[in-house]
Amino acid sequence: MSALKSREAILFAAILTLLLLIASRFPGFVSPQNLVSVFTDTAPLIILALGQMVVILTRCIDLSVAANLALTGMVCAMVNVALPGLPVALVLVIAVTLGAALGSLNGLLVWKLDIPPIVVTLGTMTIFRGLIFLLSEGQWINAHEMSASFTGFPRSLLLGMPVLGWIAVLAVAVMALVMGRTTLGRAFFAVGGNPHAAVYTGIDVGRTQFLAFVISGALAGLTGYLWIARYAVAYVDIAGGFELDVVAACVIGGISIAGGAGSVIGTLLGALFLGVVKNALPVVDISPFWQLAISGAAILVAVAFNARAGRSRGRLILKSAEQPQ
Amino acid sequence: MGLQPNASGGTPPVLALDRITKTFPGVRALDGVMLELHAGEVTSLIGENGAGKSTVVKILTGIYQPDGGEILLDGAPVRFAAAQDAGRAGVTAIHQETVLFDELSVAENIFIGHAPRGRFGLIDRAAMQRRAGEILRSIGAEVDPGAKLRDLGIASRHLVAIARALSVEARVVIMDEPTAALSQKEIEELYLLVEQLKQQGKAILFISHKFDEIFRISDRYTVFRDGQFIASGRMAEVSEGELVQMMVGRAVDQIFPKRKASIGGEVLKVTGYCHPTEFADINFTLHRGEILGFYGLVGAGRSEFMQSLIGITRPSKGVTRINGRIRVIRSPADAIGAGIVYVPEDRGRQGAILDMPIFQNVTLPSLRQTSKSGFTRMAEEFALAREYTERLDLRAASLDTPVGSLSGGNQQKVVIAKWLATKPGVIILDEPTKGIDIGSKAAVHDFMSELAAQGLSVIMVSSEIPEILGMSDRVIVMREGRIAAELAGDDLSPETLVRHAAGIGARGEAA
Repeated sequence: MSALKSREAILFAAILTLLLLIASRFPGFVSPQNLVSVFTDTAPLIILALGQMVVILTRCIDLSVAANLALTGMVCAMVNVALPGLPVALVLVIAVTLGAALGSLNGLLVWKLDIPPIVVTLGTMTIFRGLIFLLSEGQWINAHEMSASFTGFPRSLLLGMPVLGWIAVLAVAVMALVMGRTTLGRAFFAVGGNPHAAVYTGIDVGRTQFLAFVISGALAGLTGYLWIARYAVAYVDIAGGFELDVVAACVIGGISIAGGAGSVIGTLLGALFLGVVKNALPVVDISPFWQLAISGAAILVAVAFNARAGRSRGRLILKSAEQPQ
Repeated sequence: MGLQPNASGGTPPVLALDRITKTFPGVRALDGVMLELHAGEVTSLIGENGAGKSTVVKILTGIYQPDGGEILLDGAPVRFAAAQDAGRAGVTAIHQETVLFDELSVAENIFIGHAPRGRFGLIDRAAMQRRAGEILRSIGAEVDPGAKLRDLGIASRHLVAIARALSVEARVVIMDEPTAALSQKEIEELYLLVEQLKQQGKAILFISHKFDEIFRISDRYTVFRDGQFIASGRMAEVSEGELVQMMVGRAVDQIFPKRKASIGGEVLKVTGYCHPTEFADINFTLHRGEILGFYGLVGAGRSEFMQSLIGITRPSKGVTRINGRIRVIRSPADAIGAGIVYVPEDRGRQGAILDMPIFQNVTLPSLRQTSKSGFTRMAEEFALAREYTERLDLRAASLDTPVGSLSGGNQQKVVIAKWLATKPGVIILDEPTKGIDIGSKAAVHDFMSELAAQGLSVIMVSSEIPEILGMSDRVIVMREGRIAAELAGDDLSPETLVRHAAGIGARGEAA
């Protein structure tokens, strides 16, 4: 655990250093107001990364999160167009339920048919995008077609921060509780850490992976509504390629791609790192294409770091290393 | 420690280690060790786990470089900077878990790294196929050189590994626990092969934990303890007791500390267990405080039956009664609920979760007890983990440390603590002492007796005859998925066990 903690500390220090560097030339960037807006801007990434974290912990991967987000968002927008008076609370229920249903499709295919998760979610990713096109007939749903309460909810301020940001805070808190304090959270770590051992201890590996996909789907669905409402537009290609940012946030945050190791705090920091880079580059007047190079480099550094941590731990298995002489 | 190189007389060694030292950060793995390997002779390297045997193998094969001392090939110092150097010098190893490639053909496996080349430096497949066939025939292996390795059984894989060793024109063959995964019949075939290799003048280094085979095939021995050279000599001039004493540094007077436990009433009754492909008609009863041995050759269906008993696989029919009541077990969770736990054979792969802290590993199968409506309760978890790790005398800085940072022996203790913490009525131990050294074996056996004495019922699956005879109150012998015999008391002898396991008739030539 201590290696994990220190890894998170290093990431936190990296984010702080980044902020200080930017602040040295653009003090405005670190004003409380701007930091809140950076956080809010990163909120969708944080929420999706939390779902992806659970999936990766169980040795799977969910490439369909962005497509799930777009499909659920489109459905929410269409529901809003058809029933403008529907309370936002109900829209949220629809978004989470539909997202979870789409996630459970991934989960069932992995659990019952034993198809590798990367193949399953690559397939459903394409299917979801296709469904959006069929539903919308390729049309956009624009701001003027949506009701004010529908688009206003994520942007409404609460204690100085938009609701979107607060939902990310809530998601972090809930996931921290689930991962750290529930038997389900324990099962996620066990299944990823050693699936063979988990079976013998009475954990159903397939069912646990299924639940991971349901959680990832539910969070993607939730983000779907928030995303559409925040940008007040819904179309087929929304959040295209965003699933890679989500996986990147997890990897940078120290979630082992081999499963079983990682933490909610790490994921949060991984997402924040990408969020700060993305928001800072335009300020520092660097081409946004640099963002790709920087997040790519961050992934490589993070993975190399994890590999090193794993190697130094391996040595301690020697009997005599533990008790010299 | 008074060995002089060449002091043993006879022919000079093909390969020798002279005062080899190897240090890892904080550990001296080898401290000035000596080893001599002679042409046409088998030398057994004997030592407990952690004595430095694996390090020696890695130095001989060029994977590790020694920090001090010399490797002498035909008396001249050499340096093996990489595995290829050792290969070129004619040193080859057949590993504990043989390193072969599933998706390649037998011939490709034999010649990987030194395939015969044709025009333009391309691999000459026809020549490779032909030479592979020749080598396989020379060791009497009926293996098709064109077959995919994936389709071969474990014994044939060993033959391929040996063929590979021969293909490089090896002068020194290292066999690291070659019999660990083999059945008795396959082991006999391996002995014949070793005999052939000797006649071809190879120098063989043999590493095994089984004394019967060490005595059976070795000409010389070398004993290490804690990375130090202890003694070497001719096999004919040493007794088993002396070797054990050199290994552990103390006399082991009683290897099987079986205590007389009072055997109580029926705990588990299994009737009519069948599986479409793995086993059929399994019936037996298990009593309180009893150790029931399950003996059989590898592949007799013992582990398959046990996995079905605990709900990992489904039997096609069969009834389990626990304390007289029928219990339906559909999953390992049901089995734990019914008080049956299974400690699998492959504890590395199927045992602990290395990234998880000790306490979470211990409580994993007991989460129902230590949690409330889905939420874990730290205090209860720590209390349970503390109770059982203390009982097993587990040494760790804190219960919060990941299991992966513990030594192998302590990891085993975590796995056992995990199962005892479920307070089972029946504990199934699959090959409980496989691949562990003699000192730790005695500790496991001692512990097993203690469990039985406390009223637990133990099923011990084992392929080691001394262990089965020394520990069991009663033995069930399985053969080809069926119960071949149930033996107790005077019926129990190595001969009867082997005869029933191998299906040899009363007048057959049992071992």
